[in-house]
Amino acid sequence: MNGKPLVSIVSAGLSKFGKREGLYARELFAEAVKEAFDRCPRLEPKRDVKAMFVGHMGESYEHQGHMGAAAADWTGLLNIPATRTEAACASSGAALRSGIYAVLSGLADVVLVGGVEKMTHRSTAEVTEYLAMASDYPFEQWHGITFPGLYALMATAHMHKYGTTETQMAQVAVKNHHHGTLNPKAHLQKEITLEKALTSRPVASPLKMFDCSLITDGASCVILTKPELAGKFTDQPVHIVGTGQASDTIGLYERETLTSLQAAKLAARTAYDMAAVKPENVDVAEVHDCFTIAELIAYEDLGLCKAGEGGKLAESGETRLGERLPVNTSGGLKAKGHPVGATGTAQAYEIYLQLTGQAEQRQVKNAQTGLTHNVGGSGATATVHIYRSNQQ
Amino acid sequence: MSTLEPFTIEQFYKFIAQGKLMAGKCQKCGKIHLPPRPLCNNCYSQTFTWTPVPSKGKLLTYTVIHVAPQQFQHLAPYAVGIVQLENGAKLPGMITGTTQLRIGMDLTVDFTACDNAQPWPQWPRYCFKPT
Ligand SMILES: [Zn+2]
Repeated sequence: MNGKPLVSIVSAGLSKFGKREGLYARELFAEAVKEAFDRCPRLEPKRDVKAMFVGHMGESYEHQGHMGAAAADWTGLLNIPATRTEAACASSGAALRSGIYAVLSGLADVVLVGGVEKMTHRSTAEVTEYLAMASDYPFEQWHGITFPGLYALMATAHMHKYGTTETQMAQVAVKNHHHGTLNPKAHLQKEITLEKALTSRPVASPLKMFDCSLITDGASCVILTKPELAGKFTDQPVHIVGTGQASDTIGLYERETLTSLQAAKLAARTAYDMAAVKPENVDVAEVHDCFTIAELIAYEDLGLCKAGEGGKLAESGETRLGERLPVNTSGGLKAKGHPVGATGTAQAYEIYLQLTGQAEQRQVKNAQTGLTHNVGGSGATATVHIYRSNQQ
Repeated sequence: MSTLEPFTIEQFYKFIAQGKLMAGKCQKCGKIHLPPRPLCNNCYSQTFTWTPVPSKGKLLTYTVIHVAPQQFQHLAPYAVGIVQLENGAKLPGMITGTTQLRIGMDLTVDFTACDNAQPWPQWPRYCFKPT
């Protein structure tokens, strides 16, 4: 592998993220898929799309499993092979990865990959319980450790080891909320101040409300094909040039370190090597900021800064739009929202817009190389993908 | 120590109910498994012996949970942490009996578990208290 396109994205779609009252998950998914079909008039969905992978984390939300088949039917693709992928918050990162397997295997020329989650009709206590299912039941959930609690355990350790501060974490929230104001599909489109972030109510110390991503409804998808077929469908494909996925212990407590995610580091190394791309070549990145501390750790695990310097990088402002390396131009999970099953391909959607010059008021100038980083649970799954524009 | 008990999470909690913290030791490669496992993830052996684990350790990291699922709301806010026991094994759990938490503090497993009325699982919930 030497940076050659593995597969090409010929279209992408995203539902409006937010509180989407009265909609069922498959209906939201249809909204995202319709946008992808509309963007790609040369694609004839019923003729061309040969398989589907749909990320969906929890059947508890709507009492509904088996999302692959339901999603295929509701998007006019009845009878194609359609499979739900589940890897907690990395469910659609895993769908993307599965789509790449499918195209590269030669079994399917055109594959629709996406994800969906409908969450806001449930109470905070219920969502807290369902999200925790991504962690170890016998030793984490059983002892009252919530999902924010796991990232709080990492934050406490990171602060102790590296001197990372609550202010540095809050700076991630301020930045991503700013980016969210530039994204009409973001759940929250409001600036927040550092003071507001720092004085918000505690969730799991040291994490406060504004350190946490949003409980959101949403769906996303991208359409993949072989690079040699991309021109049949669009003049403006985006190429995936690197893919990495790795796993780690389901329990955070069993890990060697609490201040980085080994699965993310392994996935990143694989993807960078495959793409022949170095961290300093990345023009725009969407990283998994389920909590502010997670964005700081992502900077470090992706090699965007040294271990322990994530807080300083956030403080420097270099990851804001208009600066050296814009991260989470969509608003991230923090402001765009985190409908867990939809997040991985929602990140791919943002990079697709950025690398085709369609990101409007949040466009990164001359963006040629993009990266997505999608994490499941407290890091037991991670996927990293590297993208290149057609111009390069 | 009997070697007849299965090397499972269920059995780990049965020992907790007896006030014992027990790990499985792989007979082939020597790896200590806490929690015990029926298949060694290092060498694939299925032969183990039970080995007691020291109930004293040091706090590696902690948090105070304010937003809890229904089941734990009556306890919130409550502290949880990961403790590194004296043999090096790590175990998460609630921390009771103190609000003065700091990394490196000495903690001991407390086997006086809280009640558990639900049908499955019936695992006694150990916690940690200051040594
Ligand atoms: Zn062994």
